Amino acid sequence: MTKPRTLFDKIWAAHLVHTQEDGTCLIYIDRHLVHEVTSPQAFEGLRVSGRKVRRPDLTIAVADHNVPTTDRSKGIADPESRTQIETLEQNVRDFGVPYYAMDDVRQGIVHIIGPEQGMTLPGMTIVCGDSHTSTHGAFGALAFGIGTSEVEHVLATQTLIQKPAKNMRITVDGDLPPGVTAKDIVLAIIGRIGTAGGTGHVIEYAGSAIRSLSMEGRMTVCNMSIEAGARAGLIAPDETTYAYAKGRPHAPKAGQWEAALAYWRSLPSDPGAVYDKEIVIDAATLVPHVTWGTSPQDVAPVTGHVPDPAREADPARRSALERALAYMGLTPGTKLTDVRIDKVFIGSCTNGRIEDLRAAAGIARGRKVAGHVQALVVPGSGLVKEQAEREGLDRIFLDAGFEWREPGCSMCLAMNADRLEPGERCGSTSNRNFEGRQGRGGRTHLMSPEMAAASAIAGTIADPRAA
Amino acid sequence: MQKFDKLTGVAAPLAMINVDTDMIIPKQHLKTIKRTGLGKALFDEMRYEADGSEKPDFVLNQPAYRKAQILVAGANFGCGSSREHAPWALLDFGIRCILAPSFADIFHNNCFKNGILPIPLPQETIDKLMDDARKGANAQLTIDLETQEIVRPDGEVIKFRIDDFRRHCLLNGLDDIGLTMQKGGDVDSYEARQKTAQPWLAMAQD
Repeated sequence: MTKPRTLFDKIWAAHLVHTQEDGTCLIYIDRHLVHEVTSPQAFEGLRVSGRKVRRPDLTIAVADHNVPTTDRSKGIADPESRTQIETLEQNVRDFGVPYYAMDDVRQGIVHIIGPEQGMTLPGMTIVCGDSHTSTHGAFGALAFGIGTSEVEHVLATQTLIQKPAKNMRITVDGDLPPGVTAKDIVLAIIGRIGTAGGTGHVIEYAGSAIRSLSMEGRMTVCNMSIEAGARAGLIAPDETTYAYAKGRPHAPKAGQWEAALAYWRSLPSDPGAVYDKEIVIDAATLVPHVTWGTSPQDVAPVTGHVPDPAREADPARRSALERALAYMGLTPGTKLTDVRIDKVFIGSCTNGRIEDLRAAAGIARGRKVAGHVQALVVPGSGLVKEQAEREGLDRIFLDAGFEWREPGCSMCLAMNADRLEPGERCGSTSNRNFEGRQGRGGRTHLMSPEMAAASAIAGTIADPRAA
Repeated sequence: MQKFDKLTGVAAPLAMINVDTDMIIPKQHLKTIKRTGLGKALFDEMRYEADGSEKPDFVLNQPAYRKAQILVAGANFGCGSSREHAPWALLDFGIRCILAPSFADIFHNNCFKNGILPIPLPQETIDKLMDDARKGANAQLTIDLETQEIVRPDGEVIKFRIDDFRRHCLLNGLDDIGLTMQKGGDVDSYEARQKTAQPWLAMAQD
């Protein structure tokens, strides 16, 4: 009788190429996603050493961070952004790596297009020079972000040197109350365990509330595992996963599908598998959440107030709170729904998929964006944009006064022209509210697409359940 | 990679928790296609005013710390994005060692690929080292990776422990890729096994 294993243990064991005496492992990588920001130095390293890309066929490149979300026929105005994308285009040509160009309908945020194209499948190892690679864990794939040196390592060898992570399970059981979304689940989790709560661990999300999420909701949850400090997030594959994957361009074809399915069904954690850390959350207690500070753990129910640092006992934490409130321009005790916003951003690898846009459009339909608010909707990929337009979502947004943009990372990290000005306050469906994240001096409140749409209309942070 | 064996230098105190990689190097500096030259952008928004002038209060702008080689910081240092530009900027500024109660995983990993030594230490130890660092240039620390010891200005020795393989690579300045290339045969046989067992993993090309 072998020891019961977790989903993580099984994927890890299946990818071991070599184990050193001290436990350092060489693991095989099934998919490598490449974007323009973290790859140029890696390709340059290969060039200097006279190395090739070992498996260009398991690699896909796309430009997403720097791309303009306005009319692309005009090219890219910023010379540095343009250079970075031209460098990627030169590298994929030189090294024979498949690439979705800016005018390809399949172009989009790297973590949106992997699942969309069926490149992301259960049981795989997936890496990318981007911390939100954790998104792909929604399929029961071990997916994590790496630095540029490791990007070069994977390009050259299709492997990585790693030590196994610890196992953590977060069980969310019960029915989600109406108006509570996947984003609220993950914000509540981060609020509870903190941004270092998952350090050294892979978090497996389990329980009936997780099982009841769509693949897109699951991706939202896994996406922000990195904001909880975890190396990766995982959700066991099930019928929802298989139904999503089937028929996608790079998913297994008839003849191989049944064999793949049989393997995938063997992946979920065995009964009795042991976790190093366990957290249990009652779904019925969850409400819509929003951040008020400069760390994703600075989160509160939308019905709450800006906290008072004076009530924080830990001095390091208190000084962080004081700094956060000063940066955010907020006064302790202020009702969150009284906080006036200047901009709204709906998009990103966290919430830039079709269901996110449907949810936001559901709130926006027939209403108007507040006069002082600029609101952007940035689909996660060209295919998401097309689908939304087929459903008429673009008309709903435009009629309500939202801007309808081209796909990319956009104002999540403001590497392109979409950014906050100093002091501007934004309701954002993205994943990080760090100082300066959306532009120097910009103030970010993380929230669900529903809340972002409701806030755009109200002109303040707003409870979507009241919209 | 630059090797790391022993270092004696000034330690700069950065008594903040959750120092994130957007703070260490904001996105406007990620547009480079090189690894070098990022030192001037290190901690950009904390270090400079919007007009580019220095903020005199920021630790690395103070005369005692302008050539600091060691950073003493709060818990969860380096959280956030995977950008290796963060260790590149630290290295280019001259920082070779970071002492903190804990580090975010990807950043921690990235340091070892660039000849920077991140050392996690208990909070009480960090508190003492933070006090040393506040004394400025008169209080240098010595970090010895060979013996895994930190020597405080008063002579007290603090032991630390780094993963054996990482320590070996750092002490010798070894390049991971070269090491893995030597295991090419193992990768070949893994690929052959996988091709039979999970043929669907080969990505159909359009």
